[in-house]
Amino acid sequence: MRFTNTFRVSLRALRRNTMRSILTALGIIIGVAAVITMVSIGNGAKSMVEAQVAALGQNLITVMPGSFSSGGMRSGFGFSTTLVPEDFEAIANDVENIDGASPEVRDSQQVLANGLNWRTNVNGVGPDYPYVKNWPLTAGAMFSEQEVKSLAKVAVIGKVVAEQLFPNEDAVGQTIRIRNLPFRVIGVLGPKGVTPWGSDQDDIVLVPYSSHMRRISRRTSVSSIQIQASTPEAIDKVKVAVEDLLTQRRRGREPDFIVRTQEELANTFTATNRTMTLLLACIASVSLIVGGIGIMNIMLVSVTERTREIGIRLAIGAHGKDVLTQFLIEAVLLSTMGGVMGVLVGVGASQLVAHYMGWPILVSSLSVIIAVGFSASVGVFFGFYPARKAAQLDPIDALRYE
Amino acid sequence: MAPVVQITDIHKIYDSGEIPVHAVRGVSLDIHRGEMVALMGASGSGKSTLMNVLGCLDRPSRGTYLLDGINIAELGRNELADLRNQKLGFVFQGFNLLARTTALENVELPMLYGRHRKHSAREIRERAMHCLEIVGLANRYDHFPNQLSGGQQQRVAIARGLVNEPQVLLADEPTGNLDSRTSVEVMGVFQKLNEQGITIVMVTHELDIASFCKRNLILRDGVVVRDELVSNRSIAEHETRRLKEAEAAAKLIAHNAA
Repeated sequence: MRFTNTFRVSLRALRRNTMRSILTALGIIIGVAAVITMVSIGNGAKSMVEAQVAALGQNLITVMPGSFSSGGMRSGFGFSTTLVPEDFEAIANDVENIDGASPEVRDSQQVLANGLNWRTNVNGVGPDYPYVKNWPLTAGAMFSEQEVKSLAKVAVIGKVVAEQLFPNEDAVGQTIRIRNLPFRVIGVLGPKGVTPWGSDQDDIVLVPYSSHMRRISRRTSVSSIQIQASTPEAIDKVKVAVEDLLTQRRRGREPDFIVRTQEELANTFTATNRTMTLLLACIASVSLIVGGIGIMNIMLVSVTERTREIGIRLAIGAHGKDVLTQFLIEAVLLSTMGGVMGVLVGVGASQLVAHYMGWPILVSSLSVIIAVGFSASVGVFFGFYPARKAAQLDPIDALRYE
Repeated sequence: MAPVVQITDIHKIYDSGEIPVHAVRGVSLDIHRGEMVALMGASGSGKSTLMNVLGCLDRPSRGTYLLDGINIAELGRNELADLRNQKLGFVFQGFNLLARTTALENVELPMLYGRHRKHSAREIRERAMHCLEIVGLANRYDHFPNQLSGGQQQRVAIARGLVNEPQVLLADEPTGNLDSRTSVEVMGVFQKLNEQGITIVMVTHELDIASFCKRNLILRDGVVVRDELVSNRSIAEHETRRLKEAEAAAKLIAHNAA
């Protein structure tokens, strides 16, 4: 009963000064709302980036040529010409836990069709490529294993190329000329958009890598091999297996390849994002602390203003502890009410931001719990000093205070 | 029957400043149950200091004070607070009601502390309401102090003093802020309570107020210089009637003059 009484006393005191209570709590409201909104924005941005990275292809592992040295001169990564289609075939045949794999031979060529021409990326790839890159076709079909083997002159074109070369007609079934060789368009890729580093992924022509290497680029090595692991958990296993296989195939030569997983790429992005979220949360925390100091300020003023009241309470039998509890409860009530209001405002603001920025709403329950818990502790922390000051007053002095 | 207040050779010396101030210099006093005592004296006579000691708000520098047989020298800060809560009722000169708090909530206040806090909210409310009835303000229970007159505020303060059924009701210049008519009204409440057996000790510097009490103590320079029973005691009821008649007469004269 004694605690409920003290609680009631505190509640009455707050109600007597409704306006002041609200204004005091405002500091905490803003602080908590800021923390929640900032963390939500950070999380939303993170999930956006994650979605973009996932759009590059899921559970992706990339094998790239390494460096080579010749007569003491060492090239940088990517210049070795020893990553060959046979490496790809070995991976596709021998490595377990993969859903698909495709080599990629990158080149840039002038493409002619329909009296128009367009310079674009002409890449030689395998049949699994759209699947590995999570890149479905909107029309036609991808070329088959058979067409790769037979060095077929077929092409699947990106959305931008289709628009540039066949502005008013269906691209599928048309013929394009690359290096004066006719290629039949058998499919059109769906839109994939711009990469985080700014190049338009839809500005592309895909041809069988075999045709590319023999008929267009006349190269013997591939630019990269893309592999899709069957599950996220298998990524590391596949990576090791690919490394072992390729090392074995090198027969004691220096490893001239590098294997990268998409996770490593994603990690860079999420790390950047985490830093941003942390930064935003730090800035918001400052406002929480400022709000807490606001509460201390008001509580101190309140102790001075209510010295007589404290004197009366002490004179008629309140213990120091009763007064301490009363003021502490007042401070904690103020800050938790502010905290709860802040959560509402913060969630609302997050929804609003999400709505206008087109981001997924990600109010993390952890940030809500932390914000409310923190605001309550702010109340205890900043309420304690004024409360103790009130409790230690001498009843006679307090009664005489004008 | 043992006296409810028993003080023996009490001294109070304030030595906070450069020169120690000897405010009370050896007062011995017994107050029995049912008494109505006025402590009188000019300012600086030590009457407020003595009152603070009687109210267990301050401890004597020397001497013993037994309140209802309990030696207050042996009690700690919290035990003193409990003693004030259970054995004493306070009425102050400036009323000292909590602002923006209803009369009823003000009266409830002492019951929120001490042994009464185990009571339910309903019991507390009923008891507070009963005390407001005693002072005749039950119909004003939901008024704020600033909606009440001075006399009504002081009656709320008296109700607050009564609510824990104290051994002694202490009043420090209870009529100091009131006009003469309201003063008589408040003294009437005190007399009525005294008739019901409540011991009352009040500080005042007004002789006519002191004449409402049964016993007058005069203090000068920290010692009791006179301790006598009031022979020609004023009765508030009669005084009120007399004042009313005088007012009526004043109006009559004014009417005739016009």
